[in-house]
Amino acid sequence: MFRLTSGCWQCWLRCESEPVEPEPVKTGGGKVIRYALGPHPFGAWSKIMKNYLYHVAGLCLVATGAMADTPVLNVYTYDGFDSDWGPGPQIEAAFEETCACDLQWVAAGDGAAVLSRLRLEGDNTDADVVLGLDTNLVAAARETGLFAATDVSAEYDLPVAWEDDTFVPFDWGYFAFVANKDVEAPADFRELADSDLKIIIEDPRSSTPGLGLLMWVKAAYGDEAADIWADLADNIVTVTPGWSEAYGLFLDGESDAVLSYTTSPAYHVIAEEDDSKTSWSFAEGNYMQVEVAAKVASTDTPELADQFLAFLVTDAAQSIIPTTNWMFPAVTPETGLPEGFGDLTQPTEALLLSAEDAAAAAAPAIEEWRDALAQ
Amino acid sequence: MNLPRWPGAAVVAVLLLLTLGTLAAVLWRADSFSGLGRADWAAVRFTVIQAFVSALLSVGFAIPVARALSRRRFIGRGLLITLLGAPFILPVIVAVFGLLAVFGRNGLLNEALQWLGLSKVSIYGFSGVVLAHVFFNLPLAVRMILQGWLAIPAERFRLAASLGAPVGVLLERPMLRAVLPGAFLSIFLICLTSFAVALTLGGGPKATTVELAIYQAVRLDFALDRAALLAAVQFGLTIVAATVSFWIALPEGFGSGLDREITRWDGQKAWQKIVDFGFITLAVLFLILPLMMVILRGVAGLSDLPSSVWPAIGRSLAVALTSTALCLLASLVLALRGGRAVNVASALPLAASSLVVGTGLFVLVQPWMNPAKAALPVTIVMNALMALPFALRVIEPAVNKAEADYARLSDMLGLKGWARVRIVILPRIRRPFGFGAGLAAALSMGDLGVIALFATEKQQTLPLLMYQLLGSYRNDAAAGAALVLLGLSLALFWLFDRGGRVDADA
Repeated sequence: MFRLTSGCWQCWLRCESEPVEPEPVKTGGGKVIRYALGPHPFGAWSKIMKNYLYHVAGLCLVATGAMADTPVLNVYTYDGFDSDWGPGPQIEAAFEETCACDLQWVAAGDGAAVLSRLRLEGDNTDADVVLGLDTNLVAAARETGLFAATDVSAEYDLPVAWEDDTFVPFDWGYFAFVANKDVEAPADFRELADSDLKIIIEDPRSSTPGLGLLMWVKAAYGDEAADIWADLADNIVTVTPGWSEAYGLFLDGESDAVLSYTTSPAYHVIAEEDDSKTSWSFAEGNYMQVEVAAKVASTDTPELADQFLAFLVTDAAQSIIPTTNWMFPAVTPETGLPEGFGDLTQPTEALLLSAEDAAAAAAPAIEEWRDALAQ
Repeated sequence: MNLPRWPGAAVVAVLLLLTLGTLAAVLWRADSFSGLGRADWAAVRFTVIQAFVSALLSVGFAIPVARALSRRRFIGRGLLITLLGAPFILPVIVAVFGLLAVFGRNGLLNEALQWLGLSKVSIYGFSGVVLAHVFFNLPLAVRMILQGWLAIPAERFRLAASLGAPVGVLLERPMLRAVLPGAFLSIFLICLTSFAVALTLGGGPKATTVELAIYQAVRLDFALDRAALLAAVQFGLTIVAATVSFWIALPEGFGSGLDREITRWDGQKAWQKIVDFGFITLAVLFLILPLMMVILRGVAGLSDLPSSVWPAIGRSLAVALTSTALCLLASLVLALRGGRAVNVASALPLAASSLVVGTGLFVLVQPWMNPAKAALPVTIVMNALMALPFALRVIEPAVNKAEADYARLSDMLGLKGWARVRIVILPRIRRPFGFGAGLAAALSMGDLGVIALFATEKQQTLPLLMYQLLGSYRNDAAAGAALVLLGLSLALFWLFDRGGRVDADA
């Protein structure tokens, strides 16, 4: 096994290799090949190339036991979760206090890209846990057969009953259009489509909110969904690949509203002391998103993976979620929700298709959406 | 030359495996077959239309610019013509950044429009894709058409002047008739397989190219069947376009002259001069302004670069150098082998979908290792493959010439096999070899293709880092990365090209 590690440019080509079987006695750190490149990065090209070719050819045979003492838990997740401002760093620190292990996040793009990557890697994946799929991806994920059941369960505070032996929910939220308070809120999708309001949405193929919006329209309008999309087409300023692009454009003033969550205004209140944002409750109801984590079947540390999933629904992890991921915790911590979450828009109805219905609806809904917008 | 035949055959076999074998591998791994949806056909239609419009605009604008360059003499003309070669080795993402700085939402153009009280224009979608393609291909078109103008012997202009005959109808129009279809189709072909431009400026269901649709099918749906089908469609389109261009190519009919310097007696009126210099100025502004913006904003953004830029630079350089070595080795072997099989095989990479080739390689290594970890080696192979047609086109004529000039002497001396390659051929092809290496290295350095599929932080190359910085709205840091990437690409090209010239008597 070999990998390129990054960190500083001097040691970016460190050759690391783990022994196939753990050695019985550890007598300190193992060997690490490290080329000190000196002050000039271009001074040692032959060494770099030689080292590089070793990696490429798989000739790196020197074993190191440096990492073998602490078990490593590889968790694949979406980019935002493991960002400096996301929940990743805090959850990692809190879990590592309890597990005597090394939690490593692997940020692999958006939710859908994480699942694609896992499917590409198949049983040769390094992932022990995948975190950040949502209800719309669960059926597709289950169908791959790459996930294993777990005993982990909790008293969930979700608006829907949750019974699943594989996918553990860790947070949830309502999709909603977020806008400034001075914009007059439309009552439903039809009123939005008839108005001159400009909205920014996310691509359902790459982004879980984007797909959530499709399911929302589908759940609310069924066979009439295509007409709604055709009417909405002239309200859509642009379709972005991910949530952060969309929200960034909205904050830049490029649109009147953006597809996000009812919890987004809490961010502005808590982090920026700005209460100018609100979210729209629609007469049809607002669609829900439940984000889940699951153990990968081919993991070499199943106990540790279970331990992590169990940790995820404890107060220690759940109290980190609201003010980092800006979602409702799946289990409300004893201390309750942070201030600012109390004044949020309360949807009239919670819409959610079952995993199976969502999976069946997704492909035709995406076709329908692409057709309506490609005109 | 008495070289063994197997190296050439082996390279041809590898080319076939990489271009067609990977397509088969992707089809084989697909777990369902759904065929292409209406939106996929919309992507095909968009691809053809944008390629057509891009080629039309590039060629259309290139005609007056090339005419101006052919009949005017001014200081810096030589430098300008050299600069027209630069966009080819410019990293796409850097050019896109420069274009955004000029034509984007907060770019120079929109600021000027706002100042004038006009509404802003958006370059996302169709217009952005076409704009970027014209930026890349206008210089290519100008060079191709300028070649045509310069190939008209000076004697013809003389004769026309002494007879008072119209130059436009008698000389220029037939020349354009011979040159334009080739230029148009070359650019059409280039725009047909474009990925990074569509990834950054297109997107959304309205502006998706085939290559972008393949990226989305693999990365988002893992729909390998659709990716493979789209790649097959792309193969088909490219082959049709290439066949057409082969068909309508006309031989030149001007005969040869005495290579006198061309003097023009026509087009000397003041307004004609103004028009000519107007076009030259427009073209220069269009090409230089975005690059100036990259440099201006880049210098300011250097201090915002994240520390991950260092490993990214290291990886990009290692990828570029390794793939250059592979590409040159393969090109040399193919050039020495020659023949029709070589010609066909070396053109295949132009038609292949680089994303499907990359996915195919991932699929092929999956049983033995975690494919996502092979992202860098796969990128190396891909970049070597994609640069091969260009490197070969540069190296092959030089090899043929060396053989034509020195084959008899070598035979007489009994110089055969690899010794002949080393002693006779290699020293004589140094310049094109260095030029080819420069092209391959710069293309690989700036590549944003298969690496965008599944790479994580540990495999981030410099173009990918820059793309992700742009995606997360860290524009200052992205500007810094753009400048570093621009500098490294040009430096690599210059070093190799220079290396081929040092001590080479020409």
